[in-house]
Amino acid sequence: MTSVLSVLFAAGFLASGPVQTALLVGGGAAVVSAAVGVFTVIRGQSFAGHALADISSAGGALSFLIGLNPMLGFLGMAAIGAGGMELVGVRRMRGRDLATGVVFGVGLALAALFLYLDTTSTSTTGATVTVMFGSMFAIAPATALYAAAAGLVALVVVATFYRPLLLSSVNEELAAVQGVRVGLMGLLYSLVLALAVSLSAITVGAVLSTALLIGPAATALRVAKRPGPATLLAAGIGLAATWLGILLAYDSYTWTPGHGWPVSFFIVALVMAAYLLARPATAGRAAALPLDPGRAGTGA
Amino acid sequence: MFSGFMVHTWIAVSVVAVVAGAVGLFVVIRDSAFAAHTLPLGAFPGAAAANLLGINPFFGLLAFAGLGVFGIGRLRQGTRRDVITALTLVTLLGLGALLLSLTTQYSSEIYALLFGQVLGVSSGDLGLVAALGAVVVALTAWLYRPLLLSSVSPELAEAQGVSSQRMEILFLSLVALATVLTLPVVGALLVFSLMVGPPAAARLLAVRPSYAVLLSVCIALPTAWAAVALSYVTSWPVGFFIGTLSAAAYGLGSAWAAWRRRQSQRAAATELI
Amino acid sequence: MTVRQGPPQAAVAPALTVAAVSVRLGGREILRNVDFALGPGEFTGLIGSNGAGKTTLLRTILGFQSPTRGTVQVAGGSGARRRGPVGYVPQKIHLDPDLPMRARDLVALGLDGNRLGLPLPSPANRRLVEEMLTAVDAQAFADERVGHLSGGEQQRVLIAHALIRRPSLLLLDEPLANLDVRSASEVVGVLARLAREHRIAVLLSAHDMNPLLEVMDRVIYLADGRAAVGSVDEVVRGDVLSELYGHHVDVIRVHGRILVVVAPADHTGDPSEHAALVPPEPRSPR
Repeated sequence: MTSVLSVLFAAGFLASGPVQTALLVGGGAAVVSAAVGVFTVIRGQSFAGHALADISSAGGALSFLIGLNPMLGFLGMAAIGAGGMELVGVRRMRGRDLATGVVFGVGLALAALFLYLDTTSTSTTGATVTVMFGSMFAIAPATALYAAAAGLVALVVVATFYRPLLLSSVNEELAAVQGVRVGLMGLLYSLVLALAVSLSAITVGAVLSTALLIGPAATALRVAKRPGPATLLAAGIGLAATWLGILLAYDSYTWTPGHGWPVSFFIVALVMAAYLLARPATAGRAAALPLDPGRAGTGA
Repeated sequence: MFSGFMVHTWIAVSVVAVVAGAVGLFVVIRDSAFAAHTLPLGAFPGAAAANLLGINPFFGLLAFAGLGVFGIGRLRQGTRRDVITALTLVTLLGLGALLLSLTTQYSSEIYALLFGQVLGVSSGDLGLVAALGAVVVALTAWLYRPLLLSSVSPELAEAQGVSSQRMEILFLSLVALATVLTLPVVGALLVFSLMVGPPAAARLLAVRPSYAVLLSVCIALPTAWAAVALSYVTSWPVGFFIGTLSAAAYGLGSAWAAWRRRQSQRAAATELI
Repeated sequence: MTVRQGPPQAAVAPALTVAAVSVRLGGREILRNVDFALGPGEFTGLIGSNGAGKTTLLRTILGFQSPTRGTVQVAGGSGARRRGPVGYVPQKIHLDPDLPMRARDLVALGLDGNRLGLPLPSPANRRLVEEMLTAVDAQAFADERVGHLSGGEQQRVLIAHALIRRPSLLLLDEPLANLDVRSASEVVGVLARLAREHRIAVLLSAHDMNPLLEVMDRVIYLADGRAAVGSVDEVVRGDVLSELYGHHVDVIRVHGRILVVVAPADHTGDPSEHAALVPPEPRSPR
């Protein structure tokens, strides 16, 4: 028995400081992302979610430049990006991808600039890879603290406003009729999205945070019929994939000595595996959500 | 700015702008900005894969872009379009994370792939870029009418025997090809800016589809040229200027269109008096 | 179920023959033994409430859907996808206001929307487009963006798009659904004129037959997948529709308008009991 465990859990796994931080922050990021992801998928805003994550990378890059904590950098930029997208009209059905795309372009342009300045003015090399693909095992204690706060705020907001958020995500008019402040819900959604995106940017990187946002949520929504169980299931899938991914990444140092495989790869692989397993199982079932809100649908 | 290696860049970037402008108009009409973002970003790990295998990065890019087309186009099966695009993207990027960790590529090379570099095209590549560009433009012209019809309404297209599923795959393939040829200069992350900003402006300003395509190219060209010039002068990344100038092009275009609309409304109002 | 086909027609090949067609989808029988023929130039209303099977029938005629039983024949040819003889105006086409396409361009695509290759300017095509635009009274807005046109104007453009290849049969799926009364009557007027002038058989689906009363030659009344075919006076009657629906149906005529009232499922009233307002049914054939 101990030999099996020792194969699964390479030496010193749970005792390692960085691993403990990773499990905590990564786990938190996964749970928050999965919950917010369910709303994102329902609203049909996967592109905006991904765009926001990439935009936040400009903040991450900036934080390297000015010596700010990366968590704050990601978060600040995500907030600005969310505001920008609201301004350009991301909630309108038609043409929303265009609005997202334009703001996105500007955000990425800034990321390009800041990362370039990082390499020329500071001595940080590899800022690009860190910002884009994350640094799960290199989370500083200060960052972990900010992350914990962010995660807590996000979870409290989601739990408190769950039903009005859900209703306004499904249909704004139905929500308004019941007295839900749709504008406020939109703002709250942007807030928790920014929090989720920055949390996962720290762990798996800006570019891959979409995996934690959309993957578990998409899987859960195929399997579960009601939003409540879907949210819990999504959080469960995200958490399992993250923890297992961290474990495998740690173990991989022993497979190819001295050089481990990136944790973000394992997490994405596990998230996608869960999705692909759910697909044939639910293939016959009609889609739980409308296929293409507001678009005639190319090749639907 | 206009000597030696830079000549290659000017030619390459012009080809890039023409292709992005032409294909981009369909991206905008079909509301497919997410696909236009996913295909280049998903293709970028292909360069790492090619590096590992010791082959020309173009083939790696092409292969991964092809996987992207397969993911977005064929795996729909009852899933929402934006969800499947997101999942295709993260799958390819997850693979990319692994491949990158296995390669010996420097951070600066990765940066160049993501954000572009002015001297990104060698004289050898230039021939390939020009040829590929010509192919993409020719294909777009060849498919023009059915593509246009299925973009306006898949049902009207089906009524004339045009399969909208097949058109979607062909369209995605066009974007994939456009992506592969524009990526080395403009960068994986900013390619789509050029395929979204200028065409979006053109569509507001031109009423006829053929004029819209031409205008889109005419806006994309100076955008790309200015980006290269500014990048050369400041040493800042090309991608930065592509992203900001494309957004500016869209902003200016939509402001002008709004002004024109107000003018004609005012004219109509004074006629009534 | 066919109720008296009306006066016997001259020996002309029908534009459309639907022979004992049944369509089963997702375990349900959407259409059951639908049988009728349309002559050239005939204007036929396909009437039924939502879910009655109208769209399925149209899609089956177009070849998008294969019938489980029976056959569809269009003006000589039969089988799968039509490429010429059938014009089609689909139900809901969303046209983006920013779409760079004039009404004229959309009509032109009706001619060659499926042709590959670089489109070369053709004066012959331009003339045809101009003719079609005139035929549907769309010259006033021919150069406007299609996305900016009103519902009625868009419908006329779509009709021009569908008719430019001179089909012998035109199908329209609920074209009047979102139109105000005036636009609806304009569209119906245009259709009736074109049907007469160019001998095009028109099959138009609707859930309200009143806008069509003046122009319909015959009606195909669909309920629960079964069809009753004949003139309005022959089909739109309490006894005929009661049999079609399988429960009590009243037909009320007031001020030249027809109202079909389907009694609730548990109503066991005897068939001779009618609503108070109903005047005696007209007995004479049209």
